[in-house]
This record gives sequence, structure tokens and C-alpha cells, in this order.
Amino acid sequence: MEIVLSTAIGILTASGVWLLLRPRTFQVIIGLCLLSYAVNIFIFSMGRLTPGAPPIMPKGGFINPAAYADPLPQALVLTAIVISFATTALFLVVMIASRGVTGTDHVDGKERDE
Amino acid sequence: MTAGLNHLIIAPILIPFFAGALMLLYDDRQRRTKLLISLGSALALLLTAIELLNRAKGSALSGGNDIGFYLLGDWAMPFGIVLVIDRLSAMMLVLTALLALPALVYAAAGWNRQGQHFHSMFQFLLMGLNGAFLTGDLFNLFVFFEVLLAASYGMLLHGSGQLRIRAGLHYIAVNLAASLLFLIGVSMIYGVTGTLNMAHLSNLVPLLPESERPLLHAAAVLMGLAFLIKAGIWPLSFWLSTAYMAAAAPVAAIFAIMTKVGVYVVLRLSMLMFGASAGASAGFGAYLLLGGGMATVIFGFIGVLASQGLGRMAAHLVLVSSGTLLSVTGFALMGGGSAMLGGALFYMLASTLATSALFLLIEPMSREEGGIAALLALTADAYGLDEKEEDSQPETGLAIPGTLTVLGLSFGICLLVLAGLPPLPGFIGKVAILRGVMASEALPAGLGWAFVALMLVSGLATLIGLVRIGIQTFWASDGVVPRVLALEIAPVLVLCAMIVLLSVRADDALRYMRATAEALYRPTIYAEGVLRAPRVVSSPTPAPAPSPPAKPAAQAPSSAAAPAPAPATPAPSAPNGEVQP
Repeated sequence: MEIVLSTAIGILTASGVWLLLRPRTFQVIIGLCLLSYAVNIFIFSMGRLTPGAPPIMPKGGFINPAAYADPLPQALVLTAIVISFATTALFLVVMIASRGVTGTDHVDGKERDE
Repeated sequence: MTAGLNHLIIAPILIPFFAGALMLLYDDRQRRTKLLISLGSALALLLTAIELLNRAKGSALSGGNDIGFYLLGDWAMPFGIVLVIDRLSAMMLVLTALLALPALVYAAAGWNRQGQHFHSMFQFLLMGLNGAFLTGDLFNLFVFFEVLLAASYGMLLHGSGQLRIRAGLHYIAVNLAASLLFLIGVSMIYGVTGTLNMAHLSNLVPLLPESERPLLHAAAVLMGLAFLIKAGIWPLSFWLSTAYMAAAAPVAAIFAIMTKVGVYVVLRLSMLMFGASAGASAGFGAYLLLGGGMATVIFGFIGVLASQGLGRMAAHLVLVSSGTLLSVTGFALMGGGSAMLGGALFYMLASTLATSALFLLIEPMSREEGGIAALLALTADAYGLDEKEEDSQPETGLAIPGTLTVLGLSFGICLLVLAGLPPLPGFIGKVAILRGVMASEALPAGLGWAFVALMLVSGLATLIGLVRIGIQTFWASDGVVPRVLALEIAPVLVLCAMIVLLSVRADDALRYMRATAEALYRPTIYAEGVLRAPRVVSSPTPAPAPSPPAKPAAQAPSSAAAPAPAPATPAPSAPNGEVQP
């Protein structure tokens, strides 16, 4: 499970970074999306991988903390997902505005040979 | 501090939040109402910040460094979320409010008509800034950073136009990537230490096993990168000058504090995590900060000399200021002493006020076809930029007489501060820094002298650059006097008055800064204070004493390394102290 997860994070990050460095705004935004997926899975993994363990204890709990997953990274991931979703949406708007104003989807607002 | 008054600590976050949300309900045409709400909120913020500062100055308790806390949801430390107010954060709150008021007044002269929801975004920006200064844990720091960044994206685009949209696109992309680095760093720190609370972290760092230390350092560097991008350290600062130049004047004026947020967090976290008491991690990153800061100063003053327009020059002056502060942070981590750090804080106050005033001055100074406008056109050609977009506003309101004199005097004050000439506070701050650096025995002598030389050269470069622009605008202009509204020049004059006041009361201010620096050198004051934070409703089992909570979590990394599939931290089980893993 560890190897699958780390491979997934690695592939997502590598693809994300490559796309982020591309000259088209669409590639940049897809790159940022992939990077944020990678980061979200990474945060999740920082709570240690515990298959089949619920993160929430039953009421009046404190039975055996080892049988439960760490809930904090999961809460952090939820927050991070919401925030990155919102900022990506905002970036999309700016991207479309830039395309409308400049007439090109190059990140510098003009083609290189112009 | 009574329980009721304690709620004041969260006011700097709630006031702009409610003001911003309330203004969303109003139609954009009701500008007067919005302006009044906005100004009222900023004024309330200023008063709150001053009251908090007065409290943070404190009595003799804990060495004159009273720390205020606000436990959200009344959870016991270190498990809940906490807001912390100490001397440093109180000072930053006051500075934010001081910059916000003039920028808002200036915007009332016409900028708030150039786009939608200016005032709401401004308030949300203030909320993010105040939250970042107040928060006591890393993840909330991330959240408040995102709040202030999201608002800043909108504000940078305020007024629209091709230049702004292009600069905004780069600014947003860079900051989104930086936020992801921030998240990786935060989650790694959680994975290593099992806590996100800064105070708790400060206690845990010396106790970490050696095998975990490289991970912690990697996490700190990743997280630090995110802040250093905001602070505009050299190789990561290429987005900054275009973004600041493209921003509308009142937006750029409040953006002057955005780089300082990065500096604040770097200073706060590095002193807490890697201060002298951090065991094997003490002084980590000091040379990185010093080298990066000095490179930033060099890049900044070369940029000042090379700039043709005042806008780009001001953006590079921001870099010089934050580079200076980052180098001093590096020195502070090496044990440079509180006199130097106090001087740096004083310099930060002065230079932020001065750059903010300068950003407000740029637009009135270059309004008419004059030397500057021609130069700007030249710059535009050279950089392949388009015509500087239309800034013309409906010519209403009272125009001031003797425009050039007033503009020139304000410009002169900014110049004196930024170049570090007497008698204004830029000089006092720089002298305090340089004297501290030279007097300190903990610093390598060569580095100290290199820094001193760099400071003097950067001051000279600033002087040359600004004087060049000043001569072209005020002496060599062809007699066309720009028409400047009183509403536009008043905020600049207020900022200049504050600078002069800072110079007059330099002794008091420096004393405060020195005490702040001393508190930064003793992270235990902060850490113990936070962990001892009293709850409003006492729990059935007593809250953990300040030092014991450090121990169970300190064992966490080692227990996590054990083969048992135990959760990384005792966090879920320990709040009531019933189960210890």
C-alpha cells in the first residue's frame, strides 16, 4: 500500500510540475490541479496509513487509540481541498479574462515570436 | 485580564470579516455607505490594535512581555486552536491598521469606482493579515494566508486592464504553487512532531530524536520557501516588481505590508523553532536567510538603479527593505543580540510606512504629461509593455494649491527614510542595526562587515535612484502642474506625519522594539505562556501542566517509528490525560 501511494504521489507531482512549467495557461492550471491532488494525498499519508481504522471514536471512547486512524490529517485534507478548489476556480476566471483581453492563451499574454 | 476583555483578541479578525460580508449586501453604487463602513471598520481595527498593544506591553509579568491568548472553543492547550497576542503581533496589527486607513481614504478619491467590491476585498485582506499575525498554529496560518491571498488576487486585478491581468496571472500561479509547498511543509511537520501548535512545536524541537531531525529541517525549508516567496527573497522575487507596479495605488499601498507578513512569519517561526534553545537544530537556516537576504538587497538596489519608472523603483525598494530584514533574521539566528533585532523591527516599521506613502505618491506624480510620463512611455517601449492604462478620473473634489511643493516634500520624506538619512527613522533603524551587528561577538566578523558595506551601498543606490526621479519630476518638469485632489494627498501627508512622529518618539519606539526582540530571543516565554493558557471553563481533569504535555508528544515520533500501527500522535487520546500511549 505504501508503494502504491508513494508512486501515485510521485507521478502526480512530476506531471504537475512539468505541466506547471508549460507556456499555455490551460496546462498551468491542470498542472496546479495535479499538484494539489498530490499534496492532498501526501497530507493524508502524514497521518500514517492504517487500513480499516475509523478516524472517529465512539462516544465515551478512549478504548484503544491504536485501533483508530489519526483524524487530524483528514480534517486538514478536507480544508486543503476546499481552499485549493476555490483558488483554482479563481485562477480559471483570471485565465479566461487574460485569454479574452490578450487574444492568446500564452502565460505571458503574447506568443514568443511576437 | 478578565474573561470578557479577553474576547478583544479575536476582534481584529471579526471586525473586517463582518464589515466585508456586510458590504457584499450593498449595491456597488452605494459607495458612500460602503466607504463609511470600511473606514469605520479600519478605525475600529486601529483602536483595537492600540489597546492590544498597550496590553501586550504588559506589566512586569514574565519580563514585561505579557502574552494574551484566546482559546477558540475553549479547548485545552495544546489541542485546541489558539490566538496569541504578544508584542510582535500587536505591533504588526497596529502597522496594518495604520496602513489601511490612508489607503482607504486615498481609494475614496476615485479608485473604488474602478471595479467591483473594492471595499469588501480590502476588508477580507485585512482579516487575512490580522489572522496571520494572531494565529498560534501552523494550519490556521495556512488558512489565513489563503484568505489574504484570495483577497489580494482580487485586489491586484482591481481596475482591470491588460497589464494587471497579466501580472495577476503570474502572481496567482506563483502563490498557488507556494501554498502547495506550505501545505507539504505543514503536513511533514505534523508527521514528524505530531503537533501544529507553534508553542508546542518550540518545546518539541530540542527533544526530537536525531533520526527525525533531517525530516523536520526539510519540512521547515519547504514551509519557509512559501514565506520567502511572499517576502520576495532573491531568486523567488521576479513576480514581485511587475505585480506591485501593476497594482492600483491604494492596493499597492496596502501590499507594502504583504512582504512583511512573510518576514514576520519567518522571524516568528525561526526564532521559536531554531532559536538558541533548540538543541541540535539551533541556528538552522541562518546562513540561508543571511545569504538570501543579502542577495535580495543586491538585486533590489540594482533594480532601483536600473528602473526608469517610479513604480518599478518602489517595487525594488520593497525588496531592499525585506532583504535587509531577512539578513537581520539570519544574524539573529546566529545570536546577533536583541539590540540589532530591535533596530530591524524599527526599520521595518519606518520602511513599510515610507514605501506605502511612496506607492500613493506615484500616481499623482506621474499624472500629467511630464518627465515621468515620458520616462514611463520609454519603459513601456523597452519592456514591450502597452501604454500605461487610463487612470484618468472624473475631476471632482477640491484640488490643492502648491501641488508640486506638497508632493515634493512628501517625496523627500520618503526618500530620506528609504535611503536611511538623518533625521528620519530610516536612519535611526539602520544605525541601530549596524551598531548591533558590529558590536555583536557571536557573528563572524567578515559577514558583519560585508553586511555593513551592503547596507551603506544600498542606501546610496536608493538615494541616487530616487533623487534622479525627483529632479525629473519636480525641478526639470515643463511647468505643467498635475491636478491633485486633497483627498489623495491627505493620506500621504498622514503617513509622512507618522514617519516624523516615529522619529520624534524614536526613543520610546526603540525601547518597545528592543523588548520585543528580547522576547523573541526567549521563545520559552511564548511557549510556556501559550501552553499555560487558562481555559474559561475549567475541565473536570486539570489541564496539562506546561511541561508535561511536551513529554507524551515528544515520545510520539519514536513510538510512530515502532512497527506497531499506532497513530502517529497521542492527540486523539490525550486531551483528558486518561490514556497515555
